[in-house]
Amino acid sequence: MNEEIYEKYEPVIGLEIHAQLLTESKAFSSSSTKFGASPNTNTDPITLAHPGTLPVLNRKVVDYAIMMGLATNCKIREKNLFARKNYFYQDLPKGYQISQDKTPICYEGYLEIELDETNTKRIGITRIHMEEDSGKSIHDLDIDTLVDFNRAGVALIEIVSEPDIRSSNEAYLYLTQLKQILVYLGINTGNMEEGALRVDANVSVRPIGREKFGTRTEIKNLNSFRNVEKAIDYEVKRQIELIENGGEVRQVTMQWDGNANKTKEMRTKEMSHDYRYFPEPDLPPLLVGVDWVEKVKSAMPELPLTRKNRFVDQYEIPSYDAGVLIADKEIADFYEETIKKLEDKSTANNKLVSNWVMTEVMRLIQDRDTTVTDLKVSPEHIAEIVDLISSGAISNKIAKDIFSEVELGKSPKSIVEERGLEQVSDTSLIDDLVKEVISANPDSVEKFKSGNAKVKGFFVGQIMKKSKGKANPQLVSDIVDKYLN
Amino acid sequence: MENTKEIIEHISNLAHLEFDDEELKAITPQFSKILDYIDELSKIDLEGVEPMTHVLEDVNVMRDDIVKESITVKEALKNAPKHNDIFFKVPKVFD
Repeated sequence: MNEEIYEKYEPVIGLEIHAQLLTESKAFSSSSTKFGASPNTNTDPITLAHPGTLPVLNRKVVDYAIMMGLATNCKIREKNLFARKNYFYQDLPKGYQISQDKTPICYEGYLEIELDETNTKRIGITRIHMEEDSGKSIHDLDIDTLVDFNRAGVALIEIVSEPDIRSSNEAYLYLTQLKQILVYLGINTGNMEEGALRVDANVSVRPIGREKFGTRTEIKNLNSFRNVEKAIDYEVKRQIELIENGGEVRQVTMQWDGNANKTKEMRTKEMSHDYRYFPEPDLPPLLVGVDWVEKVKSAMPELPLTRKNRFVDQYEIPSYDAGVLIADKEIADFYEETIKKLEDKSTANNKLVSNWVMTEVMRLIQDRDTTVTDLKVSPEHIAEIVDLISSGAISNKIAKDIFSEVELGKSPKSIVEERGLEQVSDTSLIDDLVKEVISANPDSVEKFKSGNAKVKGFFVGQIMKKSKGKANPQLVSDIVDKYLN
Repeated sequence: MENTKEIIEHISNLAHLEFDDEELKAITPQFSKILDYIDELSKIDLEGVEPMTHVLEDVNVMRDDIVKESITVKEALKNAPKHNDIFFKVPKVFD
């Protein structure tokens, strides 16, 4: 189809994110939430819905939900009710999921995403509510379906966005920031492969300029940000082509098939859901007063975007650098730790540290497929390197040369001392060398004086050679200037 | 009630229950009565009345986030009609 036709349409996207909360025990029972435990070891009579059992709310689930609400500019609801969401499936022992229906604990929030250096966009957050996870079914190991209830009852928050997202890239930016916030708050691992973070996308298209939304489809089973982007792009294209060919989009649930790289419709029988929500009588109302919210607020760690802006203000590094450094909380911590260890606390050194972290340190992490905390290189090491460079003790080139040893955990200072790599910055020593070279080459001095500026390079080269490469090149250049002019 | 049959079909579908003609014949009038009763209740004017969701007036009943050992895998599986050493088993369902 003609490319121009696609540009006549505008995608309208809303995202629903389920995030497992990093509590030790489940939302409504004292079972462990440890990931990867042997099947059905993390259960108890509440998880398994034995008759006569009653759920009891885990206080930390509420703390974490409030935290996420505050981090996304939400209002926090004072009077909360839990609700039963009823459906019949083997991974749900009670026959209903405890969730929140009409009274989500957080509502009317937003997130600012950075489209580029200068433009931001506000994505509305409709609601964040607390609920419990289901068990896991395994369909391909046995004639029967096998069920593991370790995950059943693990606390989740569901974060629902407004349909404010207009492209797969905006969806990516929104998700990236949400994940950063969850990880910074320490309430979610951010691990999509382990299912700690799961995304559903609601996608529709409309001709540009029309206010009314088109019919939307819901795409489930998106287990990576890359798949979210791919699925949205595929679905937008599919819907436009369908409409252009005279068809109509039906409101269906789709599944993303990562192998075929396409969305496919789920069978209608599976979607004939009628959840018959009603208030959960087993859990009394939850009242969240101002005091509680204030207490959570005062214990909140710094958020990624705040940290980014602080890096720019406090360390005077470019916004780009700050963005790269804060993307991973541990790397941002490493950066700040390095700054603390610097002897020379000049602004120029802050940028120098940033360069070393963004290139050498991040390259090491990538090459070794590890995390910054597992590296042998420490903030002290990077601080030493930067101090050595900025004091003129070693050149940038020598610093890079010795990094292969620093990588193994050796102190840069001791490497420089042991190998006598220190730059010569003694002015009188260099002065003698310059005088020596100049008096030995009267012809070249004449050439320079008659206007051949290139000859200066010859002098500098000769002097560097005499110093075995250790003379400070900047000083050499300055002193040569002094004698020649 | 006119559409009792459709409602029964819908509800039994959601609950994964199947009824034969004989059973349907027996439950339809019973079910119809229940629906009529609910219809009757629906007629009450509740404008401005907040729903009473709980009989007791307790609020904020919570526990600290502490893991407690409970039952073993063996005990967990004990009452299941079908299981192996570590998993519950149910008839194959397709996703």
